[in-house]
Amino acid sequence: MTAAIVGFLTGILASMGLGGGFILVVWLTLFEKVSQRAAQGINVLFFIPIALIALIMHLRSGLINKKLVKSLVLGGIIGAVIGTLGANIIASSLLRKLYALFLLAFGLRELFGSADTKDKEAEAEPDTRS
Amino acid sequence: MKRFFEGSLCGFLNGFFGSGGGVIAVPVLKKEGCSEREAHASSVALIFVLSLVTAVSYGFSGSLDFGEAWRFIPWGTAGAAAGAVFLRKIRAAWLKRLFGAIIVAAAVRTLFS
Repeated sequence: MTAAIVGFLTGILASMGLGGGFILVVWLTLFEKVSQRAAQGINVLFFIPIALIALIMHLRSGLINKKLVKSLVLGGIIGAVIGTLGANIIASSLLRKLYALFLLAFGLRELFGSADTKDKEAEAEPDTRS
Repeated sequence: MKRFFEGSLCGFLNGFFGSGGGVIAVPVLKKEGCSEREAHASSVALIFVLSLVTAVSYGFSGSLDFGEAWRFIPWGTAGAAAGAVFLRKIRAAWLKRLFGAIIVAAAVRTLFS
């Protein structure tokens, strides 16, 4: 039952590009006592089918800026390889602490830093449905 | 070249933390001219590719557990469809606040556990 709720919530947030993976990783490490590294692996696997569905739906809504995504993807792939190697080198307990700091920075920004986001969103509203 | 570095930062975070590349991807996409909705949707496209790379790389080092992931995937796909509809319809601002509060609480707990 909890897997259903956690999976569903993570799916919603991940599909909206709101950082849903955090929910699953935090759930696994805090409540199921999975190691940080294993939880990250589970999250990545989880995200692939979820992102595929979201991607198809977003493409249909015309919300994806393909040109921009393509221009970012090469650097992204190289970064991802370096990042995974880094995660394998350091101790899982250190990875966990770094992850917590990353979460904290992200959470605080979401909580307090979205004043200008609101304005941009309001401006963007009329022309996004075309 | 600038985009190469921006992309590699997203990729690094996504690979290092196994999630969260979108946290950087969304502001980068907005800075490069996407609207709020476009940025969120496009971040999913970018992170999808990066997660494939991350998964392969994790697979080589033996830190993948397909059985565990499968417990969450069917529910997650339902959530993904719901989220894609929400993104077209609702304003994400209130959701971000709520999510931010949950994340801060989780971060503090992780730091001191």
